[in-house]
Amino acid sequence: MCLAVPARICELRPDNMAVVDIQGTQREISLMVLDGEAAVGDYVLIHVGYAIERIDEEEALRTLELFADLSLTDEAFGSASPPLTEDDV
Amino acid sequence: MSVLASFRDSSRAAPLLERIRARETGPVALMEFCGGHTVAIFRSGIRSVLPEHIRMLSGPGCPVCVTSNMDLDRAAALAKLPGVILTTYGDMLKVPGSRESLAQVRAQGYPVEIVYSTLDALRLAGQHPDKQIVFFAIGFETTAPAAAAAVLQARARGLKNFSICSVMKLTIPGARALLDMGEVRVQGVIGPGHVSSIIGADAWRFLPDVYRVPVAISGFEPLDILASIDALLAMLEKGNADLANLYSRIVKPGGNTKAWGAVTEVFETCASSWRGFGNIPDSGLALRPQYAEYDAEHRFPIDIPDSVEHPACRCGEVLRGVIEPVDCKVFGTACTPEQPLGPCMVSSEGSCAAYYNFHQSTHTKTRHATEQ
Repeated sequence: MCLAVPARICELRPDNMAVVDIQGTQREISLMVLDGEAAVGDYVLIHVGYAIERIDEEEALRTLELFADLSLTDEAFGSASPPLTEDDV
Repeated sequence: MSVLASFRDSSRAAPLLERIRARETGPVALMEFCGGHTVAIFRSGIRSVLPEHIRMLSGPGCPVCVTSNMDLDRAAALAKLPGVILTTYGDMLKVPGSRESLAQVRAQGYPVEIVYSTLDALRLAGQHPDKQIVFFAIGFETTAPAAAAAVLQARARGLKNFSICSVMKLTIPGARALLDMGEVRVQGVIGPGHVSSIIGADAWRFLPDVYRVPVAISGFEPLDILASIDALLAMLEKGNADLANLYSRIVKPGGNTKAWGAVTEVFETCASSWRGFGNIPDSGLALRPQYAEYDAEHRFPIDIPDSVEHPACRCGEVLRGVIEPVDCKVFGTACTPEQPLGPCMVSSEGSCAAYYNFHQSTHTKTRHATEQ
């Protein structure tokens, strides 16, 4: 039910609508609940016809690093002090 | 964005699994609170590759499954009102209510329309000014902004024939209720990624702060889930309960304040009835009085007969993580995806359906583990 899919904005339309590309399929969606200005080329996450969040490429790369490097995980999640914050991950 | 393909690169799984196997935690039970995770875990076979001492439990994370029969019966009754077209997401159609599913109501000739989005329901309202379009809204925080946006658009366009029957629910009161019941021991939680994109990762801090249970907010690729399991084990290994956001490419600490702002503009919290839990205070979303004209319950007051449950169905216990689907006597026999007795077998995100579709080969292992 909470399924959401990544999409690329192809065209902005009136009334906060946009055409997005979802793995080669074009679909009209609403930008009404997306925070901030959207532009053609932005990557967003679509859920039941609405863009709900942007996809952050830098954060994606950082997470991939974490997958590959054990010491990063232990540093971020294994240490008892200082306490973990999201900035660490 | 080519980087997203790397999250599906199966060669990255082996080092993650190696790390998980090397963690020295003793037996642990980790719970996911999201139907999307349930399906991803089964489809990818994660349960079968984890060490024996790591048990994965499914919580009340499927909105279709936690919808009570009383609310399903109300939707069926609304669909039968003259002049009403009931619209809802496709997942709801085959869920058996006390006496009938919405698919059966539709088969009797009543108009029940599946919509992909509330945008489609609004379009129907525009196309059929002589009909009342009622949207039966289920879902958690991820889905609530779409319902709120529909109400705001209906008001902006002056639509007089659109209303919502809200049985939407909030995951955090649900998670708290489960932990407070104390029936299952949960040592770590895989936090729902898309719910968190709306309410923010920080909304789950109560888990480490109040319950001393570590939480890892996770994406939905198998690698995301393995990394979240590893992060939870890393915390458990060190006795460190905290919050880890492994889905930071989507989830921000504070979430999507615009989307949540739309939800809180249109809805207020109310007590809500969850299958398997009963009434949980402040766990539902009801339209605020200033939006009463878009509230189907306000516009179409109806009496519905007392709801009844199928005597053999144990979905409630499955949703609380007390039993596994295979522990239910009718699982795979009297209850199958083709002839479901309960919602967990019919919903694409239900634990029973996930077990049935993806987990046949490991039934024996699970039975063995639960008997110990």
